[in-house]
Amino acid sequence: MKMQIEVHDITKRFGKSTALDHVSITFSGNKIYGLLGNNGAGKSTLLNLMTDRLRPTEGTITVDGQPVPNNDAALSKLFCVTDQNLFPDDMKVRKAFEVAKLFHPEFDRNVADSLAQKFELNEKKKVNALSTGYGSIFRLIIGLSINTPCVIFDEPVLGLDARHRDLFYQLLIQKYADHPCMLIISTHLIEEISNLIEHSVILYHGTVLKDCPTEELMAAAYSVSGPIQLVDSYLSGKHVLTQKVLGGLKTACVHGKPANRLPAGLELANVNLQDYFISLIEEEESK
Amino acid sequence: MQEEQPIFLQLAYQLENGILSGVYPEESQVPSITEFSVTYKINPATALKGINVLVDAGLLYKKRGVGMFVTQGAPQKLRTQRRECFYHDYIEKAVQEAKSLGLTADEIIEMMRKGFEDAN
Repeated sequence: MKMQIEVHDITKRFGKSTALDHVSITFSGNKIYGLLGNNGAGKSTLLNLMTDRLRPTEGTITVDGQPVPNNDAALSKLFCVTDQNLFPDDMKVRKAFEVAKLFHPEFDRNVADSLAQKFELNEKKKVNALSTGYGSIFRLIIGLSINTPCVIFDEPVLGLDARHRDLFYQLLIQKYADHPCMLIISTHLIEEISNLIEHSVILYHGTVLKDCPTEELMAAAYSVSGPIQLVDSYLSGKHVLTQKVLGGLKTACVHGKPANRLPAGLELANVNLQDYFISLIEEEESK
Repeated sequence: MQEEQPIFLQLAYQLENGILSGVYPEESQVPSITEFSVTYKINPATALKGINVLVDAGLLYKKRGVGMFVTQGAPQKLRTQRRECFYHDYIEKAVQEAKSLGLTADEIIEMMRKGFEDAN
């Protein structure tokens, strides 16, 4: 059966502030999802609601049709890696792996050991003695070694150096290839994962701004640059997301697809996911 | 080849280059979809799409349960294709740039000669 998480018309308020405002999203099938948004967009709140660490003010969330609150059958299908350590501070890594196996039968100890070697994580160390980076790596290894139908990573690479980030992304794909599952990666570091994610959900101030295949987002806009006057006359009547001027040169991010031939003097370029994301946000902000 | 092209086309182009240069000889096995996606950190669906470009063009074929192999005659086929595209991909662009710089046809031809000599 296809794994399905249904977020239905969720609103979450903290006192007077609204973290999520009537959000509906369906996560479906063994795909790599990207949950994208700036700091404070509502990503972590949504993940906490999905894993029953928070309760919604309004709305429901179901996993394979079963409501999440207090429901072990639903919750056991999800595993969420956050920046919080769930193990006693003075527990050694090795012991923590053993405990993880007790709580989650789907945890593969052999995989965890081999990943610890790849990351050069010393299993004899106590969890609280790990550096910030290795603390993250320790939690990522658990996420990469657990074979629940859905694994969620909340800001997975914070605190990791470039080499370890690279390694994490590679191991994530390896896991996905070895044990196809639903992966949800929440991050504001878009450029790094744009080629990894099949489907993107963009949150903005507690609402869903985009929810579609990443490929569609990549093709949703293009950039045009050239002398200011030429660009300006080209832009008239078009849906312009953002524009920047540098000296006599103007670059604009335009929604839609360009015509086959651009007027002479104008240069066409693709817009990558991160630039498109920034343009979308800037456009929203100027409304 | 533009860097700005979709990832699956970039992957397809690299694979083609590998076949042309003999990195992947005829009847040899090419890396798996997982190997490509892990190495380039791309979604396996994207890697599959890239490989399928070559399968559809008859440059790769699938041995069930084993993997993907380079078709007999693939390098020649690619060479023919690339030659046909050469005018559009390289010459037209070079001429356009030359014109905007005020270079004449003779000057470019002379440069081409020099380029061939220098490459030896």
